[in-house]
Amino acid sequence: MSQTHSPVADAWTPAQLQAVIDAHSRMPGAMLPTLHAIQDRFGFIPDAAVPMIAEALRHTRAEVHGIISFYHHFRTHPPGRSVIQICRAEACQSVGSRQLEAHARKALGIDYHQTTPDHEFTLEPVYCLGNCACGPSVRVNDDVYGRMSPEQFDQLTDELSATVVEVK
Amino acid sequence: MAITLYVPRDTTARALGADRVAARIERGARARDVALNLVRNGSRGLFYLEPLIEVDTPEGRVAYGPVTPGDVDALIEAGLFEGRQDHALSLGLTEEIKYLKRQQRLTFSRIGITDPVSLEDYTALRGFEGLKKALSLDSQAVVDEVKTSGLRGRGGAAFPTGIKWQTVHDQPPGEKYVVCNADEGDSGTFADRLVMECDPYMLIEGMTIAGLATGADQGYIYLRSEYPLAHDILDEAIERAVAAGYLGDNILGSGRTFHLEVRLGAGAYICGEETSLLESLEGKRGLVRAKPPLPAIEGLFGRPTVVNNVLSLAAVPFILDQGGQAYADYGLGRSRGTLAIQLAGNVKRGGLVELAFGTSLSELMEGFGGGTLSGRPLKAVQVGGPLGAYLPQSQWDNPIDYEGFAAFGGVVGHGGVVMFDDSVDMGDQARFAMEFCSVESCGKCTPCRIGAVRGVEVIDRIRAGESADKNLVLLTELCETMVDGSLCAMGGMAPFPVQSVMQHFPDDLTPRQAATAGGTTC
Ligand SMILES: Cc1cc2nc3c(=O)[nH]c(=O)nc-3n(C[C@H](O)[C@H](O)[C@H](O)COP(=O)(O)O)c2cc1C
Ligand code: SF4
Ligand code: FES
Repeated sequence: MSQTHSPVADAWTPAQLQAVIDAHSRMPGAMLPTLHAIQDRFGFIPDAAVPMIAEALRHTRAEVHGIISFYHHFRTHPPGRSVIQICRAEACQSVGSRQLEAHARKALGIDYHQTTPDHEFTLEPVYCLGNCACGPSVRVNDDVYGRMSPEQFDQLTDELSATVVEVK
Repeated sequence: MAITLYVPRDTTARALGADRVAARIERGARARDVALNLVRNGSRGLFYLEPLIEVDTPEGRVAYGPVTPGDVDALIEAGLFEGRQDHALSLGLTEEIKYLKRQQRLTFSRIGITDPVSLEDYTALRGFEGLKKALSLDSQAVVDEVKTSGLRGRGGAAFPTGIKWQTVHDQPPGEKYVVCNADEGDSGTFADRLVMECDPYMLIEGMTIAGLATGADQGYIYLRSEYPLAHDILDEAIERAVAAGYLGDNILGSGRTFHLEVRLGAGAYICGEETSLLESLEGKRGLVRAKPPLPAIEGLFGRPTVVNNVLSLAAVPFILDQGGQAYADYGLGRSRGTLAIQLAGNVKRGGLVELAFGTSLSELMEGFGGGTLSGRPLKAVQVGGPLGAYLPQSQWDNPIDYEGFAAFGGVVGHGGVVMFDDSVDMGDQARFAMEFCSVESCGKCTPCRIGAVRGVEVIDRIRAGESADKNLVLLTELCETMVDGSLCAMGGMAPFPVQSVMQHFPDDLTPRQAATAGGTTC
């Protein structure tokens, strides 16, 4: 499968941030669409965006911080080139996701919410990907993988690292 | 003449390699100079057979599955393009596959048959007939048809949909909203996803009818961010429906208006609770609102709002097209129509099973599911998502309907059935229920916010053998406090799985298990 919407976790300028904010600030209930747009574009929500959002959407900075931290999806640090989410929910547990997550942490040498030192991978928990008849389920960027064994996990991360090398 | 071949494009088929299978088939056809019309259809919901590919033949569509990319060349050699049935993966006529044939598909009548975004496919199978009917009636008559159907909300609370619509209908004219709850957070459920990925116009049609019935001209689909493919497909379908005049201003020349937009959630289970969802749509943290006021009276931006689950709305086009009575003819007791059961977890034949209410769990798990995937004995089943009880064998013969399940403490919820074999440690499952609640609590009320954290600690102590008896009493009391004192069903029901483990699997919650204890943190 292709790697779509791979987050590009680097460059942003205040002008770019402002442009994204301005493109969304007038819709009703603009906060989540704005935050999504920023994260989709830059891979995370830079601290510098908070006062800009607060100003545009007429909130306090504390409110904006509160909203960002309420939602698990939003990150405030740049992620690795591939964000790997492992499903921790019950249907996947019943077919071995607990072993898979233990393996993944060990293989990548990181815990949930961490990024490998080489910035290749960020590991995140997720609670259901809607693939519950064919777990354990894993999502990498926008692709979902089913029936994921520890061996297949290693193969997948190898392939993802290889892709990164090619891209460079 | 070109051969028409179907390779599904839903999340599960793709998670199992459907895109690579499609690419191999196209390559094989090119190499053999075969004119191929490759359709990326929706899934039939027979996930144990995915990727399930089909070929048009004069007798009907024939199927093959589960197909891996490595099978493709051999399949072609064995006459795939001619629809020959010699290969070991041949399944015969799709419609004759028992798992499918034994279902009663009212809502899911089109999935897997059509190209999800093709309006032509949709209208060829009675698509938008319900909308046309609704446009010919006055709004009260539309509400009445839904009342006649006996449809109850499929999102969990099972509230009668027609009565909810009536309340919004009866509010004075002005800004009103239809909000589709597509947060589908329950583990073991994927029926909403199937609707959105495989038959999105059905949801669009159902929401438009809800708008006509209640006087709302703006709709939002609140979609969980874990469903990126559903997002793409819905956006494309909405755009096409507007362009073709089924949605937007002046629907089908009627002068009526309904606008629709997808809004993404952001990974918070509690935002599936309807008032939390509305807060989130308004751009705030998803803190649960106290009820009353009901969303039907003061909902989104303080205006009257219909909030319905995807499946509730998806049932509406059938009800308008065929009549409420045709839907009510199915079912058991006060549970009318069909239920989308989702067989998940440790199951040999997982997938979507749409049947009238009244089937037993055993029939589903054995007759359809074929038992566990591992082949080991089934030990427990969790029905109704992470807030549902774990049911032991003695409860598997009860027919599934809302009242019948409630009578023994079960939850039908959104219809997810998650099976566990005998290797499961129910102590782990009890701990996870509390852990999940602690991660996902909105934090507004103490019994849930603090109780869930305490619950994890107490279970850890029991399993470590620290004053186990005393701590079991503590756990019992803690569960009761959460059930009685929580503002919403998150804290109010999170103890259900824990209590069911204490009651039915007490051996798994003893210090004996201490050697293997220790969940994970996150
Ligand atoms: C913690 C919690 C999570 C919920 N999650 C969902 C969900 O993901 N999808 C859903 O449709 N309803 C969910 N509900 C139920 C909704 O609050 C509400 O009852 C439903 O959207 C109403 O639509 P319906 O009448 O069509 O079922 C949840 C409720 C609670 C308490
Ligand atoms: S029970 Fe939990 S989720 Fe519900 S309102 Fe209270 S803290 Fe929020
Ligand atoms: S529980 Fe893992 S995909 Fe649903």
